[in-house]
Amino acid sequence: MKGRILGLLVLLLWGIAKMPLETRIAETRREQQLGTYKILSNVRQQLGQAGFLAVFGGLRSAIADLVFIGAHVQWEKAKYGKVKEYFDICTSLQPRCPLYWDMASWHMAYNAAAYVDMRDKTITDPLERAREIHNYWKLGEDYLLNGIKNNPEDWGLWDNLGLLYREKFHDNLKAARAYGEAAKRPGRLDYVHRFEAIYLADAPGYEKEAYDKLLAIYKEGDSQQLPTVLKKLQLMERKLGIPKDQRVDIPPKYRLPPE
Amino acid sequence: MTAASSPSAISQASAHKLFSWRRASAIAGTTFRDLVRQKVFYFMLVFAAIIIGLSLVLVNLSFRGQLQAVMDVSLGAISVFTLLLAILSTAVLLPRDLEERTLYTILAKPVSRFEYLLGKLWGVGIMLFVATALMTALLSIVLYAWQGKEVSNIMANVEVEKVPQAIAHLKASTFTWKLFAGIGILFLRAMVCAAFTLMISSFATSWLFTVVASFMGVLIGHLVPIARAVWLEPMQYGVEVSWYLTAFLRFVILFPDMQMFNLVDSIAVGDQVPWADFGSAVGMGCGYLAVYTLVAWLFFAWKEL
Repeated sequence: MKGRILGLLVLLLWGIAKMPLETRIAETRREQQLGTYKILSNVRQQLGQAGFLAVFGGLRSAIADLVFIGAHVQWEKAKYGKVKEYFDICTSLQPRCPLYWDMASWHMAYNAAAYVDMRDKTITDPLERAREIHNYWKLGEDYLLNGIKNNPEDWGLWDNLGLLYREKFHDNLKAARAYGEAAKRPGRLDYVHRFEAIYLADAPGYEKEAYDKLLAIYKEGDSQQLPTVLKKLQLMERKLGIPKDQRVDIPPKYRLPPE
Repeated sequence: MTAASSPSAISQASAHKLFSWRRASAIAGTTFRDLVRQKVFYFMLVFAAIIIGLSLVLVNLSFRGQLQAVMDVSLGAISVFTLLLAILSTAVLLPRDLEERTLYTILAKPVSRFEYLLGKLWGVGIMLFVATALMTALLSIVLYAWQGKEVSNIMANVEVEKVPQAIAHLKASTFTWKLFAGIGILFLRAMVCAAFTLMISSFATSWLFTVVASFMGVLIGHLVPIARAVWLEPMQYGVEVSWYLTAFLRFVILFPDMQMFNLVDSIAVGDQVPWADFGSAVGMGCGYLAVYTLVAWLFFAWKEL
């Protein structure tokens, strides 16, 4: 009995002593974005007992792969509610995989929204249909924003957010800002840098900023002097009333018709 | 004059140390030999080998980076099988020694109960080390094979001037010190599980109870981060704070935080895990090992055999 009491006392003391240490370590890891994942209440229902145990046993990422495949099976059946459920699970099992966030967003904002727009016969009211489509766009946006939170160094998610803002929400300012963020990330492709300036040029009230960015891109050399950059640059010069002698020299075939 | 009171016996008795590494290592050696004779562990190693080998096939099912898929499956297999080996092999040690009466023979000699327990844990540790080393060797072979395939792909598809850089990048991201350090942490986690199982075994009356209780303990250990988060920020999780919930969460937090040792997940996705994180995992692991061994001894020292 004496041994058991002593043993339990040691366990209790250790438990009290380790708590602040473990909390601090967990905080540090959360700041470093390491080993963070969220448990959703439906993970348990979705994966079954064996899968749930495996999640904790170290096969989390492998299971996330299988759930990802499951999401695509549901997509083939056009069951978008299920697709979302599956993507919620695989993004929470492996939030450090940008592809999951990217695909989740694409399925919601593009495929599900298009399905509601063209094939969903259960909705008859046009207003309700428009609201439903907008909801799917928002879902797509949420996936990308959460993906960015979990993968702050990934330029591709910012790029897709820019695409979503310009294609679906028709918000050029937000699109330009998203491309701007993408341009700051390592490994990004050149076009995001140009897109930032190009879409900023289409945002009313930001002409000066857009002009400065376009001019900076123009000065980077021939490889950046692409037709859209030249067109937008001329438009900004006209809008801002830049004196003719200060305007850039555009090759004749890219010149806009006179005002 | 009896043998016990002879001068040589008296001098031997006075020279008897309370703790001897030699005695503990002798027990460790026999424990290790005993464990490797059991066929069930070979089966487990074979299963682990099959899963690690299969990861090369499973990459075709994955939509992510192939290297990540190979690592996910292989490291997952190492993680699961070291855990199973640790719990199952430790759970049977004390009950079998009791059943076969070996325990009485050992403790009748000048061997303390602490030496006995430490020797048993040490023996399990050697077995786990060998098993982890074998699985790591197999993982290295699988990674090497995958790397060879990727090098051929690079040679065939990448521009000639970029080939050396691409191959260097591939090699640098396949075999890293941190990958092996992460596997080392998995070994440490298995040792913590073994010590936890030994602690339960020291008061349990059957090996089945030990196995079930240890698995439950490890499962709860994986939920500790969630319990801690709910305890510290109940509002964020929409939980109403009550005295019984607080008591329950405090109880859960007493279990070992198993996610602390899970660094391989981050390594597999290519995250840069700082060495300080390995240090903190080693520190906590050693703390758990020491405390569970001590508590196992406290339970066992006063146990009536």
